[in-house]
Order: sequence, then structure tokens, then C-alpha cells
Amino acid sequence: MDLTRHTAAELADKLAAGEVSATEVTQAHLDRIAAVDDRVHAFLHVAAERALAQARDVDDKRARGDSLSPLAGVPIAVKDVFTTRGMPTTCGSRILEGWHPPYDATITQRLKANGLIILGKTNMDEFAMGSSTENSAFGPSRNPWDLSKVPGGSSGGSSAAVAAYEAPLAIGTDTGGSIRQPAAVCGIVGTKPTYGGSSRYGVIAFASSLDTPGPFGRTVLDTALLHEVMSGHDPMDSTSIDAPVPPVVSAARQADVSGMRIGVVSDLSGEGYQPGVMTRFQEAVELLEHLGAKVTEVSCPHFRYALPAYYLIAPSECSSNLARFDAMRYGLRIGDDGASDAEQVMAQTREQGFGAEVKRRIILGAYALSSGYYDAYYGKAQQVRTLIIRDFEAAFSQVDVLVSPATPTTAFGIGDRADDPMAMYLADLCTIPSDLAGNAAISVPCGLAAEDGLPAGLHVMAPAMADDRLYRVAAAAEAGLTERWGHPLLAGAKGLDR
Amino acid sequence: MSITRDEVAYLARLSRIELTDAELDHLAPQLDQIITAVAQVQEVAAEGIPPTSHATGLTNVFRDDVPVPCLTPAEALDQAPAVEQQRFKVPRILGIEE
Repeated sequence: MDLTRHTAAELADKLAAGEVSATEVTQAHLDRIAAVDDRVHAFLHVAAERALAQARDVDDKRARGDSLSPLAGVPIAVKDVFTTRGMPTTCGSRILEGWHPPYDATITQRLKANGLIILGKTNMDEFAMGSSTENSAFGPSRNPWDLSKVPGGSSGGSSAAVAAYEAPLAIGTDTGGSIRQPAAVCGIVGTKPTYGGSSRYGVIAFASSLDTPGPFGRTVLDTALLHEVMSGHDPMDSTSIDAPVPPVVSAARQADVSGMRIGVVSDLSGEGYQPGVMTRFQEAVELLEHLGAKVTEVSCPHFRYALPAYYLIAPSECSSNLARFDAMRYGLRIGDDGASDAEQVMAQTREQGFGAEVKRRIILGAYALSSGYYDAYYGKAQQVRTLIIRDFEAAFSQVDVLVSPATPTTAFGIGDRADDPMAMYLADLCTIPSDLAGNAAISVPCGLAAEDGLPAGLHVMAPAMADDRLYRVAAAAEAGLTERWGHPLLAGAKGLDR
Repeated sequence: MSITRDEVAYLARLSRIELTDAELDHLAPQLDQIITAVAQVQEVAAEGIPPTSHATGLTNVFRDDVPVPCLTPAEALDQAPAVEQQRFKVPRILGIEE
């Protein structure tokens, strides 16, 4: 069997048993990338030689009998928002084109320390702002189900790489849905851990109070294995939670929802939701009920204000964070002709270095934070954030987890929403509330919408630091649905066969 | 109208982005549409609701002050657009007349 078709858990077993070497596994994935990535464009940079050197190192250690991490030798794709020492890190932006960071993100370090083989850096919407990868300065990635469709975003390169079997695992970041939405539309699993559960050190900042790194996998167990390895307290991140990682792997293996109380969020349905997505979602909920969960309907009345609050809070934080790109110490510098002053050089560099969406959000944030408007916009949005947290608290006093569709629609066409910001923003309608509240959520495939044959995701939300509950529910749904389909959903992705 | 073309131009200048006229023509109506939509937050956010700036509730987080190796001057300057005498070389920051 082609090594790229195995799950990470299967590869880990084969590596531990000595049936395959890390070098063979890595080479198989590099070959797959070489064969398909000109069509998928999941990667901005493929680090073939470094990956093979890392793989040989793991093989040497195993041959010596060193004790290795469970995922040692398993390849992974890394979103280009994580700094990687000596490897290009662009964040999908011209302003960082050619930048080689002098340090590794904490998560990059942890991947390396656990022997995961970094295949390269994946495409993304510029500075993680977008839901399609169309805002990447280096061109969009494509959905392996249908190459004319977007793979979601902003972590769309990572979701496309995993769905196209270019990597068994990937990492991304979720600020408004940037892991769960691409996972849903590519038919794979993606988790936004509890905010503070995974380190932001070395993750190029978009909206610091929301940015949350997390895992992608083709199965719930793979996603849990990566979640466990990448998470945990980091003294280098002042918002990191100093507590043990929730038992996500055992929860994924347990896959048991009997007696669990599941709340269907009634506010995340209705107008704007594709009928085929709702049908698959409802079938998944019925399955969970059949497996012994107690399902009730729950209302979170302020969720309808989450999207407007997010589009004030995130741009406000971005306008502040992106001030660091000033053309002085690293990155692009335009117009330094000896006559222009620093401000002119800055303004020319930022004009040419940033794309349209980034400029839109910087200006929107500057507006929301300006004196005279601060109370009416940023201040009000912060109050709405409190109301959304209270909605979650009330709901979690009645149920263990909440569920909704992960996205209102399946993958849309490349170009369809590219110059309609409000339409693009709606892709994150279901995912934003969890980001604002800082709690945990996952998307797991729940079938194909009848209208277009494209994947839909079941979205499960849990309280902060109860990430394990996500994996219990997602694994139970995955097992039941896969049995019904007779094969993993992704086996039906034919975009690369045509 | 919630935001004018002139206001967008002013905010872009504050944000050090030298927008072209064509971009201003395009961006101003888009931003107006977005601001009108996000203004919905004003419907529900009433007096007495405390604001949330981030969700963890952590304050004054410290770590042990342990000396660790830092970047060498060569590493620190390696990615600079311009370097002179082991320093970042930047465009002039004062006007000719100042």
C-alpha cells in the first residue's frame, strides 16, 4: 500500500515496528507533493533536503535504541504563520517574502523535539485574514475534492495538503475559524484547542486575544495525537494556561457518547445555511442520539452578534499587531532612495507589501480604535464578547457539549467571493463564537451535501480545557458514519483523478 | 454613510499605507458597508455589561528570569534590509530643515 494513504497512527505503528523507515515515509510524501502540488498548491516552500536529513536522524536514533516519541518519523505540514529557523516564513505576504526567521516557534520546537518531520510550509490567507487562501500573495490553494473550489482558510494550504495525502498531519491557527472551516470544506478533521492551551510564541500575530494554534488530521485519533504533542504550558507565552493537556488521545480512543448531554445550537441554522449541509448535520446528531447521547436544543441568543463583534475586535488587534511591519529591521523595504524619509519608506513598503484584505482590516481597526469611535465600536464589541461568554456558560450548565454545522455552506468557487468581503466573512458564522469565548471546538466530516457532492463538517464545542469532550463526540460520530459510508469520507475525493 | 472617502484616506495615512486613488475609490464603499454591518453590536451592548478583552482572565503572568543565549549581532542583522557598522541602517527620520 502507498505509504501516503496510511493514517499517522498507522505510520507510527509501522515505524515503531521497524516495518518502514522515517526516510521511506518522508520520501513517499515528498514524491506525492512533487506529483500533485502543482495542481493543489498547498505548499509555499517544500523543505525536501531538511526533511530527509531529519528523517535519517530519527532512523539513526531508532537504530540505536533511543526512546522516541510516538509520532517520531511521521511527516507534517506547517502553516507559514509559524516561525521556522532558517526556513522561509512569509505568512502569505509579500512583506515577508524571503524572510528567514532567526528562531523557532515553541510549537515548531515541539514538533522537532518529538521527531515529526517538517515537510514544508503551507499556503494561507495573508496574515491569516481570510476564509479561502485567495488572500495569499502567492496565489490560492485548491480543494482536492474539486480543484475549482477553495480549500477554505486561512489555513487552507494545511487542510488541502492533508486532504490531498501530501501530509498525514498539519498544523494551522484558528482566529475566527481558520482551522475548523478549512477542515470542514476539505473533508478532514481540525481542532481549535482552548485559547491558551497551545503556545502562540513564534506564531506571527493577527489578533492576539483570539489566535489559537491547532492540529489537522484525516482521522480524529490522528488529530488527537498531534493535539497532545503540540499543546501544553509555555512560559514564553504570557497567555498560556499552566495546566495539563486534557486527555484528548484517550478520549479519541474511547469514542463513547453514552450519557453525554449534547445541545444543538438553534441559533446556528436557518437563513444562509445550505440545505444539504443541514441534512448531513442532522443525520450526525441523530446518530449521536442513537449512540446514547441525550440531545436537546439550546439557544444562544447573542451568537448572532458574534460576527459583527469579531469584525471589530480582530481588525482592531490586527491594526496594532501589524504596525511592527515597518521596513526597518527585516522584511520588505520599498522606496529607500536616500531622499525619502522613514515614514515615506514605511508607507510605500506597506502599500506594496500588504494585500487588499490586510489593508481593509488595518484601516477598519484604526477606525474602530480611534477616539470618538472607540466606545461605539471596539468598546461595544468587547461587551458583546461578554454576552457570548455568558451564552456559553448558560448552555454548558445544561449540556456537556454544543453542536452545529461547522460552516453554513460547502466549499465555494475560487473567485466567487474574492471581492465581496461581507460574503467571505459569513464562512466563519458558526466558528467565531468559540474564538471569542476562548473555548475549544472541532470539525469532523459528517458527509457530502446532496446538491454538490462536497463535504460538510459537524462542529462540536466544549468548555475551556474540556478539549477531551470534543474527541469523544467526534470519534463516536466518525466511527458510526464511516461504518454507514463503508469507507472513509475522503476516499470519495476525486478532484485529483480528473 | 458611516465613513467617508476622506476619513479612509486619513486613517490610511495614520496606518502608514500610501493608498492609490483607485484603491481609495474601491475601499471606501466596502468599508462603509462593513462598518454599517458591524454597528449591529450597538443594538445589544448595554450599560453595565463589563467588556472582555481576552478570555483566560490571566493577569500579571511572570516567568523565572533565567539568562539564555541571545542572537549574535550577525544573526540579529542577518535579515535587515540595510546594515552599516553593525547597525540597522534606516532612512532619515528628521526633515532636512529640522
